[in-house]
Amino acid sequence: MIPNENFADTIIVGGGLLGSAVAWGLTRLGQKVIVLDEGDVALRASRGNFGLVWVSGKGEFLPPYARWSRLSSELWPQLAEELIEQTGISPVYQKPGGVMFSLTEEDLARKREQIGRMKDYNGPKGYGARMMDKAELDEMLPGLGPDVLGGTYSPHDGHCNPLFLLRGLHAGLQKAGGCYVSDAPATKIEKEGSSFVVSTSHGRYAGAKLILAAGHGNRWLAPQVGLEVPLIAEKGEILVTERARPLLTMPTHLLRQTGEGTIMIGDSHEHTGYSTRSRSTVIADLARYAVHCFPALAQLRLVRSWGAVRILTPDGCPVYQQSELCPGAFSINCHSGVTLAGAHALALAPAIAEGALSGELDAFHPRRFANGTVKSAAH
Amino acid sequence: MAPSNPRRIDQGRVVTFSFEGQTVRACEGESVAAALTAAGIRDFRNSIVSGQPRGIYCMMGACFDCLVEIDGVPNRQACMTEVQEGMFVRRQAGAVEVKA
Amino acid sequence: MNTEIVDLLIVGAGPAGMAAAVEAAKAGLSVAVLDEQPRPGGQIYRNVETAGATRDKVLGPEYVAGRSLADSFRQSGVRYMPGALVWNIGTDMMVDYSLGGHSSQIQAANVLAATGALERPVPMPGWTLPGVTTVGALQILLKSAGLVQPDAVLVGSGPLLWLVAQQMVAAGMPPKAIVENTPRGRVLEALKYVPRALRARSYLLKGLAMIRRVRRAGVPIYRHATALRVEGKDRAEALRFRAGGKLHRIESGNIALHQGVIPNQQITRLLRAEHFWDEAQKCFRPKLDDDGQSTAKGLYVAGDGGGITGAASAALEGRLVALGIAGRMGHPVAADRIARLRVVLARDAAVRPLLETLYAPAPEILSPADDVTICRCEEITAGTIRETVRLGAPGPNQVKSLLRTGMGPCQGRVCGLAVSCLIAETRKQSPQVTDYYRIRPPLKPLPLTELAAFEPAPDTPEVIEK
Repeated sequence: MIPNENFADTIIVGGGLLGSAVAWGLTRLGQKVIVLDEGDVALRASRGNFGLVWVSGKGEFLPPYARWSRLSSELWPQLAEELIEQTGISPVYQKPGGVMFSLTEEDLARKREQIGRMKDYNGPKGYGARMMDKAELDEMLPGLGPDVLGGTYSPHDGHCNPLFLLRGLHAGLQKAGGCYVSDAPATKIEKEGSSFVVSTSHGRYAGAKLILAAGHGNRWLAPQVGLEVPLIAEKGEILVTERARPLLTMPTHLLRQTGEGTIMIGDSHEHTGYSTRSRSTVIADLARYAVHCFPALAQLRLVRSWGAVRILTPDGCPVYQQSELCPGAFSINCHSGVTLAGAHALALAPAIAEGALSGELDAFHPRRFANGTVKSAAH
Repeated sequence: MAPSNPRRIDQGRVVTFSFEGQTVRACEGESVAAALTAAGIRDFRNSIVSGQPRGIYCMMGACFDCLVEIDGVPNRQACMTEVQEGMFVRRQAGAVEVKA
Repeated sequence: MNTEIVDLLIVGAGPAGMAAAVEAAKAGLSVAVLDEQPRPGGQIYRNVETAGATRDKVLGPEYVAGRSLADSFRQSGVRYMPGALVWNIGTDMMVDYSLGGHSSQIQAANVLAATGALERPVPMPGWTLPGVTTVGALQILLKSAGLVQPDAVLVGSGPLLWLVAQQMVAAGMPPKAIVENTPRGRVLEALKYVPRALRARSYLLKGLAMIRRVRRAGVPIYRHATALRVEGKDRAEALRFRAGGKLHRIESGNIALHQGVIPNQQITRLLRAEHFWDEAQKCFRPKLDDDGQSTAKGLYVAGDGGGITGAASAALEGRLVALGIAGRMGHPVAADRIARLRVVLARDAAVRPLLETLYAPAPEILSPADDVTICRCEEITAGTIRETVRLGAPGPNQVKSLLRTGMGPCQGRVCGLAVSCLIAETRKQSPQVTDYYRIRPPLKPLPLTELAAFEPAPDTPEVIEK
């Protein structure tokens, strides 16, 4: 017998940035939700997040993703405001624009090509990113090293504190009547009548709708509702320095200064399966590159490093789908849980509540991988 | 009531260094933290989040409370650094100021 | 660039590390000993080589006895690297260390973590004020600089507290007061371990003699103290507490806290060795087999880092681990000697259950009030931690992500155990289930320039296929 309190309109498996954002969005629409999350030492890709709310370059080979990211950056201020009001926890969202710098002519040419390809993706709204030469970059972001040749700037890019975001979403969804159950990894999903029933070590939970947002866990959970999710594990390591007085005036794709003053340095792309260990070879490479790109960093100390396993789809773009075999069951995956938090909370959640991933959202169905012509963009 | 300063039970060779412009007489072989403590200096830094005064706590390099700036290098553990003649020591005032 | 290779790399030159080095070298192993301090001795024999006659007299014969071990260590022929900070160890036992501002590597076949113990955190209102230190800190001031604080108030419980009090008496500057917070009923609880402890009776007698000397010096002793708090605005000014049914206030600018010591887990956690919660010692200890090897292959532990057993046992364990490794690497070792060492080790351990019961941390320290700072680096209070747990954070790593506890430079050395215990209490579970922070490199902060100049050898990374 499933106790009354374990029933909800929607059960969400996974309390990371994806699951929590959608859950929060659903509670906002008056739904009763239960979020089932794992214990303390789990893969937790959401903990390994750089904190960028980044639009530039997203969806170069899948225009709907470019528009989805842009929509999310437009919805982010509303998400931030509502979280602050509701919970008092600010995700510290800032949108000073963002810079991506290049150290080689090839890379600059690549960026120019990308801007050219994407310039009409947002129609009359415009794409927003533009090329910058060294002099312009230096004015915008003083301190870049002499080997930086130039780069791009977009006014739509920004950053936040991803851990505060998660904290706020958790607090907010609970404040609005939702439940968050930790230490409850899902072991089995069944259909009982019109409800989806999820078994965990903490008991069984039932809901009319089910959303699988368990990151890499979706790979084995999704088949239980007739879905397949192609995911690749890739490790990314980040370095974090001691706190410094304001030094980086705006976020870049590899360096950003947090609200506390620490500077985050990214990032690596390692194929070590599901390992999350930090390697000193990678630490040395990241440190060297960082000091090369921004020489003043040489005056700071590295306090800690971390590594997390990215949730990558074959083309680096989100995978959202609804089950035909089990209508009402959805699976969602992406590796940009921070950038897309706005869209997840305020656009995806309503779409799921309505029961259909229609319009541009259909572009994120994994059937797009079936014809074999998948272009993996930089992420 | 001003706390009484610690007493030395023995004396070694004198080493002098400066702390915030004052000259401090220390003994060879002791740590900057011990020397400052001997001189009656208890607050070494302002804590990074709220600016509270902090000083020595563990004296064994574990707590990172005794951070000072030594010879221009910030955030050094005073208890893990031996005094050197002519060292230039200052309080660690919050976050590091990176010079252009 | 060729990386140095050794049979055994020892981190820590305290009694366990020094004894292990001596045995390993004698058995024919190539050994490197890396220690952060400029001279050998660890904390217990800190500065023993250069103490001098006055300090010898004050610190006592047991301290002085460490000198011969330091001498043997110096003469052992091992590669001793003082001032070296080990900041990472790969799963392949490649050790990254920093020395003189440069980072290098040594490829070890085996690593012995002999990094000893840390003071248990003693959170109470006002404990972050300048003037509040650990009791261990007072002893280090004495050992490393010959300094004694004249108006010190020693607060808490444990053998170290009495030892330091006695040393201060010997130095002619007894503590202003001792405020013991051992709860009532402990002596009764501990009585059942006395017969066993009598096997190590010399230790017991020394302890009682210590306490007697302190009493005879006229030091006021308060017992079963509760409601401890340090008062002061910008520095410690007084200690307030309740004892004997009365409220007390003792003025002092030097308040030293102690609630026992706990294993330093930084290296064992870095290598993701399995740990267990020792309910008697109220701390985490790495799981070790009979050879002292952890569940991280190639990583051994000897001394207080494996569980609190004191200096004599630390040296014995160091010897046994070294002899075991040497034997397994094909060097001849005397089996009867190993057997004898084990006998002495067992005898030395006999006093532990008594001490652990008598001096287990007080409930008030394990469960501080909401407004008490727990993470000193990031200034997070007990109440904030409890609230975050109530909102669903299942353990210390989630709490760390959400609140930044353990993200400061100390990387949990001070707050770690307190945070785990608080979470365990709030979730009504054993700390065994709660577990502890994940520890990552660098073990201590390092300048980015040093890391940028570091040229590590290609590694064999861990790969996990699910």
